[in-house]
Amino acid sequence: MDFGAINPILLVASLMVSATPILLAAIGEMVVEKSGVLNLGVEGMMITGAVVGFVVALNSGSPMLGFAAAALAAAVLSLSFGILTQYLLSNQVATGLGLTLVGLGLSALIGKPYEGMKAPSLQDLHIPLLGDIPVIGPMFFQHDIMVYVSLALVAAVWATLKYTRFGLILRAVGESHDAAHALGYKVVRIRMMAIFFGGACSGLGGAYLSLVRVPQWTEGMTAGAGWIALAIVVFASWRAGRIVVGAYLFGGITVLQLNLQAAGAQVPVALLSASPYLITIIVLVTISARGMHGAPASLGRPFHASH
Amino acid sequence: MKRRTLLASAAFAATLGTAALAQDTTKACFVYVGPIGDGGWTYQHHQGALAVKEAYGDKVEIAWQESVPEGADAERVLTQMALSGCDIIFTTSFGYMDATNSVAAKFPNIKFEHSTGYKREHPNVSTYNARFYEGRAVVGHIAGKMTQTNKIGYIASFPIPEVIMGINSYYHHAKKVNPDVELVVTWAYTWFDPAKEADAARAMLDQGVDVITAHTDSTAPLAEIAKQDGKAWGFGQASDMATFMTNDDGTPGPRVASIIDEWSPYYVKRVGALMDGTYEQVDSWAGMPEGEVVIGEMNDAIPADVKAEAQAMIDAITAGEYHPFTGPINKADGSPWLAEGETASDGDLLGMGFYIEGITAEIPN
Repeated sequence: MDFGAINPILLVASLMVSATPILLAAIGEMVVEKSGVLNLGVEGMMITGAVVGFVVALNSGSPMLGFAAAALAAAVLSLSFGILTQYLLSNQVATGLGLTLVGLGLSALIGKPYEGMKAPSLQDLHIPLLGDIPVIGPMFFQHDIMVYVSLALVAAVWATLKYTRFGLILRAVGESHDAAHALGYKVVRIRMMAIFFGGACSGLGGAYLSLVRVPQWTEGMTAGAGWIALAIVVFASWRAGRIVVGAYLFGGITVLQLNLQAAGAQVPVALLSASPYLITIIVLVTISARGMHGAPASLGRPFHASH
Repeated sequence: MKRRTLLASAAFAATLGTAALAQDTTKACFVYVGPIGDGGWTYQHHQGALAVKEAYGDKVEIAWQESVPEGADAERVLTQMALSGCDIIFTTSFGYMDATNSVAAKFPNIKFEHSTGYKREHPNVSTYNARFYEGRAVVGHIAGKMTQTNKIGYIASFPIPEVIMGINSYYHHAKKVNPDVELVVTWAYTWFDPAKEADAARAMLDQGVDVITAHTDSTAPLAEIAKQDGKAWGFGQASDMATFMTNDDGTPGPRVASIIDEWSPYYVKRVGALMDGTYEQVDSWAGMPEGEVVIGEMNDAIPADVKAEAQAMIDAITAGEYHPFTGPINKADGSPWLAEGETASDGDLLGMGFYIEGITAEIPN
């Protein structure tokens, strides 16, 4: 066994890249769930973002434009979910699953002519001063801009939910939509905004896959990343800070086990791959045993002012 | 009662209808494990399906289903295909083995063809495979010659004989031309997950591997290798993956050659046999001589003399003069496997569960 072959600097650097797509999707989904809506269509929105981001970046030559288009496209798609569940009161679970199927099919259709092409690459930033610090620099401060955008987004979500009036209203809607409604808040409108935001984040996560992590379009390329994002929200018990922990844990274990294998270590690969899910179950059991699961009380319940 | 009679006669009429239709055109159906757009394994099978259509025109009808998970879903899809009037069904992944056999038992008049498997439990089940290890031998030779770090990599999918055979062949031929070469194997435990495949490639590149071949289906490993600014190389897998033949700046690039699965000759032959009534159950395992394993164009990143050697090996295998597993070869534990001049039997290869001498890793259970 030779752990010496693993370079911890490169390991942490590739872990951050590997975790970014699910981090983006998970933080968006957390906001959606905080508002009391369960959107199981993350996978579909991610893959839509992946294909739209790729197509726009390829045609415009600008990865940033690709990201913007990906966020918009996935957000628009998520609005269809919002209209169905919020205005027409369809079942959230079924509609979310439908959204995944629509996203997978739609992306395959849009992406057909773009298979096998190469995306314009997103340059890595070299942050002055911080990037020059030995060891820490290459680990944390020489990534592409989206890695920092994802972390900034998490910080922004955390601060908004905790310190702002809007955050408080959003949480109130998620905890008890009847009470929030009685106070005069527009429950449906707030939920639509949350769904829109969640869609945009998923789209960014998908575009990160097709523009940075894999840099190409392949049909079905998210390969379940959306479902992992959903698991991370539960793992994090709906807290922004723990979303980062969860995403880096999931991404980190994948990268770590591949590195261990490449280093020739005899690791139980299947067990390591399953470990984030096992940890999620343990976390769930622990928090529910303590009597506080952290899930918004109105999660998944439909709301209509007349009820 | 009346309604039941009506339904029964309707069902009877429908059966008659399909039977009558089946005589006019032969329907060939294909089950794919990934999307056609994977640019690799499934793409090549689909090219074979299109070749069938091309060869027989209106006399044949083709149908396919993409991204069918291995397991219970496969059985459902196969049953549905059998009921929809398919005359011959090709199941194109190892994991469909049990589903293929169990559905075949229920539809004795429909022919089933299972790719890369070994179970033929019913007279209407045939199996077919290609000798990919012949291609691995050629790219192994190139890898051994091209590596600067003396570390070559293999992204493996699942620990099955098919994959282990490929690893052994790749290493054996790299070692032959470069005694210092070291092999790094990473198991991705998936056939298709571009992000994970890219991560696996990156993990190996980070540790100094500079030539990588993949046993997974997407082009993601090549895209990852392309980021190394010409310091690392890889091979197209299953399909030619010619997009990666040159870098953005026009220099020859990360994909130096490829192993192409060419299923067309087999599919055309089998559907043809079914149409003219000469169809028989087979266990087909063809390779370079039959044109089922093809090495794609070698680009100019490979030195001319290495190219010539690789071509000589391709010619020798095609002519049947060289078997990639020719002794002396020992097993990893040091015990002898093949004596001087002895070639591996097909049985040995199809059940291969050991590494050859020199590979230090262990096969996961």
